[in-house]
Amino acid sequence: MTAQGIGTSPARTDGPAKVSGTFVYSSDLSAEDMVWAATLRSPHPSALIRSIDTTAALKFPGVLDVITHADIPGRKLFGQMKVDQPVLAEDRVRHHGEAVAVVAAVDLETARAAAGLVHVDYDVRPPVTDAATALDAASDPVHPDGNLVAHTRIRRGAAQSGELPAADVVVRGSYSLGMQDQAFLGTESGLAVPTGDGGVELHIATQWLHVDQEQVALCLGLPPDKVVLKHAGVGGAFGAREDLSLHVHACLLALRLNRPVKMVYTRTESFFGHVHRHPAELHYEHGATSDGRLLYVRADIVLDGGAYASSSPAIAGNAATHAVGPYAVPHVQVDARAVYTNNPPCGAMRGFGTVQPCFAYESQMDRLAAALGMHPVEFRQRNALREGASLPTGQVLDSPAPVAELLERLRGLPLPAADPAQPAHVARGVGYAACLKNIGFSEGFDDYSTARVRLEVVDGALLATVSSAAAEVGQGVVGIQRQIVATELGVHRIEVRQEDSRFGTAGPSSASRQTYVTGGAVREACRRVRADVLALLHESGAELPSPSWQLHEGAVVDDAGRPVARLAALLGGRVIERTAEFHHRKTFPLDPETGQGNSSMQFGFAAHRAVVEVDRELGLVKVIDLAIAQDVGRAINPEAVAGQLRGGTVQGVGLALLEEIELDGGRVLNPSFAGYLLPTMADVPPVRVEILERADPHAPYGLRGIGELPSISATPAVAAAVRAATGIDLDRVPIRPDHLLAGLPDPAQQ
Amino acid sequence: MQVLRPQSWHEALAARSELPGATPVAGGTDVMVAMKLRHFRPEVLLDLSRVSGSERYRIGPDSVHCGPRVCHTTVAERLHRQLPGLALAAGSVGSRQVRNRGTIGGNLGTASPAGDLHPMLLAAGADVELSSVRGSRWVPADGFYRDGGGTVLGADELITAVRVPLAAGPQRFQKIGRRQGLVKSLCSFALTLDRGQRRIRAAVGAYGAAPVRLLAAEQLIEESRVLYGAGTLPAALVAEFGRLAATATTPVEEGAEAGYRRRALAVLAARNLTQAWAMFLAEGHDGHHRDGQRQDP
Repeated sequence: MTAQGIGTSPARTDGPAKVSGTFVYSSDLSAEDMVWAATLRSPHPSALIRSIDTTAALKFPGVLDVITHADIPGRKLFGQMKVDQPVLAEDRVRHHGEAVAVVAAVDLETARAAAGLVHVDYDVRPPVTDAATALDAASDPVHPDGNLVAHTRIRRGAAQSGELPAADVVVRGSYSLGMQDQAFLGTESGLAVPTGDGGVELHIATQWLHVDQEQVALCLGLPPDKVVLKHAGVGGAFGAREDLSLHVHACLLALRLNRPVKMVYTRTESFFGHVHRHPAELHYEHGATSDGRLLYVRADIVLDGGAYASSSPAIAGNAATHAVGPYAVPHVQVDARAVYTNNPPCGAMRGFGTVQPCFAYESQMDRLAAALGMHPVEFRQRNALREGASLPTGQVLDSPAPVAELLERLRGLPLPAADPAQPAHVARGVGYAACLKNIGFSEGFDDYSTARVRLEVVDGALLATVSSAAAEVGQGVVGIQRQIVATELGVHRIEVRQEDSRFGTAGPSSASRQTYVTGGAVREACRRVRADVLALLHESGAELPSPSWQLHEGAVVDDAGRPVARLAALLGGRVIERTAEFHHRKTFPLDPETGQGNSSMQFGFAAHRAVVEVDRELGLVKVIDLAIAQDVGRAINPEAVAGQLRGGTVQGVGLALLEEIELDGGRVLNPSFAGYLLPTMADVPPVRVEILERADPHAPYGLRGIGELPSISATPAVAAAVRAATGIDLDRVPIRPDHLLAGLPDPAQQ
Repeated sequence: MQVLRPQSWHEALAARSELPGATPVAGGTDVMVAMKLRHFRPEVLLDLSRVSGSERYRIGPDSVHCGPRVCHTTVAERLHRQLPGLALAAGSVGSRQVRNRGTIGGNLGTASPAGDLHPMLLAAGADVELSSVRGSRWVPADGFYRDGGGTVLGADELITAVRVPLAAGPQRFQKIGRRQGLVKSLCSFALTLDRGQRRIRAAVGAYGAAPVRLLAAEQLIEESRVLYGAGTLPAALVAEFGRLAATATTPVEEGAEAGYRRRALAVLAARNLTQAWAMFLAEGHDGHHRDGQRQDP
């Protein structure tokens, strides 16, 4: 194994700065002559705008400019999948917190105070706040083209002819999930700097520079080369940085004022500044044979997409294709719909449409196991996907799918010892859950990446420089690129450059894809560099080198590992530089009627076990033991893998027990970390991590994308444990104390 | 905004007298948050953080005399033997950083309904010293909080000391929230037993507009004379104690959560009475209440 190469766990280079507080996040940026901007947002979930009066705000001392929709020079709408979201509200607002005007001023306090002076004359309308109502033909349309954003259908087996077979055991259930937030710690922030030639540079915390750049240029009405986006330090992402937030506002003000403009959302504002995870209502029916084989699944899933489409079409697609979970089922009928409402817009969040069905199908699996008198693990294992099995889309799994083994690992872990002093009001329960998730963009999207690798001798020593535009959102992709270069080129001195939007795209840091795709591009660029080195060796008079010769510890080594030439000497003053694109294997759209098609490049698999203690009198849940088992294909950085698995697990626990954006008539009730409760260190035990490495032969190094999996099955595992402890049939997360006390005598009453 | 920084009580009381509209601030865990999040804009801040000696405490034969700037960490970590109940309450406040900043005087002064120390100051029978240029007076905690919220602190007065009697028996404090810490309490409960006097004091916090002594619940226990025995508390008595605790006052916000908070308070009261009684029976003598540090749910 190469020192610092793949399979090792080098320390993060950004670690000390982040821990000590010296890391420069996007909110820390500043520039000479910089001004600040603040946003006025709608207090109403639904209203027509009769007029906007900026006079008082403009007169406020220190105010430099105010922009509204009328000032947007280019396209007034944005959206990655459906262009439906106003850069600033025009004739109506469709959700609480929608941006209406932006004020620039000499300092932040002035900008915020003046934003309150922009007078908007609203004609308040009754909001559509319920997804089921939104689908009603009589419901007010949130957008002119109606409230259905997307509908994905899966028809497999007998479902294609409309008849599902009769089953020995039938279990029906309805489930719902509240609205979860990504709750990154670094709120939306950025710095726009005019370039003096009519263009603008935006330093921004984002997950994908290039898609932002494209949209910003369109909205500014500028040619693409006049808008450059640069990575700024990201304080967490989890999907919340996939859509535009302040991008166009800051750039437009910078261009109008010809001064740098800084924007930073407050914590409260951040809850309005990005999309959330879709709340969902799911109705399931499972049929199984008496010996415990799944026969059919019928699922109807409605996702509340809120006021704008954002990623709803792809999320509905994922909800449908993942509706059955990691199980083999011959007959499948799924309808997944995403709808518009006047609730806050929902879009990408870790798990991306697979979290909601996982809570439902795993709840169903426990009910089926109970109905069949089987252990929940045994029942799952009997139906688990394996390599060679077909998914509901008809796609055949052509790489390892060790679902049964993951569950076996968890079942084999010791349980925490029973506490003999445990009071009678505390009940303990154990729950299991498993999941699968597609890696990378699906349904035909070519989300490729670009990397450049340069090899040279600087100051007498070899230096490799690797460049890409991959967004480092905390997942460690900077370190991953370094490790791959170390392995491929056998060089110790490696610089990683985060390029801006003028460099080739890396695709987004989302869909658990960045290590796979940018890692693939870096590997390919390295291999081209190596080929050049071997050619150079041949030119220098050596015998024809075999293309299988490697670069190791600063030398070219032959197939037996013997050094053939010193790399530094061979290079001399030459610079070798190669750029490569990596395109993952082709995927295909789903058939619109049957949902059949090879839609995904790869799947990941994970499972959780949770052990909880429930205070039966207070309805409070304490998670006392947590374990995750995940197949990661190949752990490029095992310590970073474990970190992702732990962090994702905690996010899933949050959804199970605490995290929910609470709404009342479309209004957000708890936009703060005092009201939106994340689990703290005191709420989660140390997470046990079981890593499997079953290489995917189609992927670079056999790796699997890992980032999202751990957040998916943690939620149903905790819910299952709470059910096991209490016997209560819980059908909604987050589980609240009153759910656990329903029907019990009230000690406050006589 | 004007910021006054008196160095002594003499200067502080003079400033308070001259500018009664000034907002006193010590650790800033309430005032600074209000300024940042709730657009609270005081014209004058009276910063008491430089008043010399105000962060000290003195352990006397019967009580601990605390300067008002004794912080929660100090109470939790240095006074847990003398004031086990108050130490539990102080140790439950916010996060470590908040406990290092937040003070006993500040907790009393802002009298936030969510303040964690209030019920235990009531249950422990603490007294508060209020001073002005006119002189000083001692007010029992029972008379310090106003029923609808707020305190009896005069416009020209400052809290200059807090006197808390040494524990004379088991003390319990417990609060509940949706997560294990750093969260607004849904209710809190404090209880002290006085071994020598065979007395009980109990109070509830983070519930109504003001913290409340549970006089009817206390009376129930004292009149039952169970504290003179050495047996198990009758289950019916414990349940009635819980019920009286939960109905002594009403949650500040009615609505979906109110019912839960009420029943949770009944549970806390009953549970902590039972546990305090077990400690009472288990302890052979007064003094070291190590069990007071336990925080079993």
